[in-house]
Amino acid sequence: MAQHQVNFTQNGGLPVALTSVDKVVNWGRSNSLWALTYGLACCGIEMMASGASRYDFDRFGTIFRSSPRQADIMIVAGTLTKKHAEFIRRLYDQMTEPKWVISMGSCANTGGMFNTYATVQGVDRVIPVDLYLPGCAPRPETLQYAVMMLQKKIRREKADKSQKPKRLM
Amino acid sequence: MRRYTPKDDVQKKAYYTDRFWVAPQVPKFDVSDDEVFTADLEAIKAEYEVLEAYIQVEQMVVYIEPEDNFNVLKLMKEQLEYTQLSEMSAIDWLADKGGFEVFYQMLSMNKRKRIRVKCFIEENQAVESVEKLFRSADWSEREMYDMFGIKVNNHPFFKRILMPDDWEGYPLLKTYPLQGDEFASWYEVDKIFGKEARDVIGPEIRDSAAVDRYDTKRFSHLGHEVPYGADISEGEPDASPLPQEEGGVFLIEKFNLEESVVISDRDR
Ligand code: SF4
Repeated sequence: MAQHQVNFTQNGGLPVALTSVDKVVNWGRSNSLWALTYGLACCGIEMMASGASRYDFDRFGTIFRSSPRQADIMIVAGTLTKKHAEFIRRLYDQMTEPKWVISMGSCANTGGMFNTYATVQGVDRVIPVDLYLPGCAPRPETLQYAVMMLQKKIRREKADKSQKPKRLM
Repeated sequence: MRRYTPKDDVQKKAYYTDRFWVAPQVPKFDVSDDEVFTADLEAIKAEYEVLEAYIQVEQMVVYIEPEDNFNVLKLMKEQLEYTQLSEMSAIDWLADKGGFEVFYQMLSMNKRKRIRVKCFIEENQAVESVEKLFRSADWSEREMYDMFGIKVNNHPFFKRILMPDDWEGYPLLKTYPLQGDEFASWYEVDKIFGKEARDVIGPEIRDSAAVDRYDTKRFSHLGHEVPYGADISEGEPDASPLPQEEGGVFLIEKFNLEESVVISDRDR
């Protein structure tokens, strides 16, 4: 977990007064959260299970996309190795604004049990994270809850362009 | 049943009482105990120098000179029917003997026997590649270089295999710290943002038990949502853990627990 000095809440422009235009736009945004498939380790299996028929995220508008250019959120599911850190940053930069990140599982949150030389100790050292989902691995229901909490967060944001993009630095 | 030991202060005690305990060796037997191995050893001895040979756990271990490694393996493959190189790597003996032990684990399906060929090399001494004899040695030799820094001559594509190409240090050396050296701990920051970002991003938190109740710069507590860096020593406001707002959401049906159905048929 990074101890960085960035104030995300200020950058996000909270607290805000929402207009009805914001509400409509946020309704659209929050209910079609297309997620980038980012399964890096065992958590990725739970993420795939969430997308498959039993839990079926498609019902809720969360459709998994394989291209960062078509995705709104990045669900970082699994262990981020130092070798891969550069690529996660590149894919994050390729996503179009507005974009959100869910860090799924202990490994993505803090490095988890991999307290070793080869593991990034939390993805927020590399990309800004909106929601941390604890668990090893979190079950699909938990991921659904996380997505719904993120929708709730999106509904509170202002929709216009004055909302500054999130920056880690 | 296992003998009972009091567990009151068990976490305060060191788990390993002797950190430098060396497991005792399984007994070694003379090569003459086994006919097949005796014949194999004679064939190797006839052409190349054998420093030591014995049988351990039904496998023959042969120590040879490192310069002979390609030729000995070629002899074993072409004449002695040891057609598979099932594993090869190295052992770090830098502290004890100032070098590495490179081993080749050979398997003969015809004879149903395994031989371990070993050679000792000094630090910075290179070995000859056996990739031309066994394709499996291709990646094994790259891994050996990646993990120990042992150079291999005449390898067709000699570069790191697991760690990034610009990595510094060899992680499987006994002297390499588990949580990484200075280079490793800043690797991703230096590479993505540059060295000047180190102050902004801060060092890694390596203490997995680190908990600071009043730290609001990390995760928020469940059911509480406070701004980044706010002072919560006086208490913090509650936030609803429900994923929908109290008054319902614009154009979205509100989830109603009473009307929801719990499926009891697991096969459905
Ligand atoms: S948090 Fe657990 S389940 Fe998820 S990637 Fe890490 S080890 Fe695997």
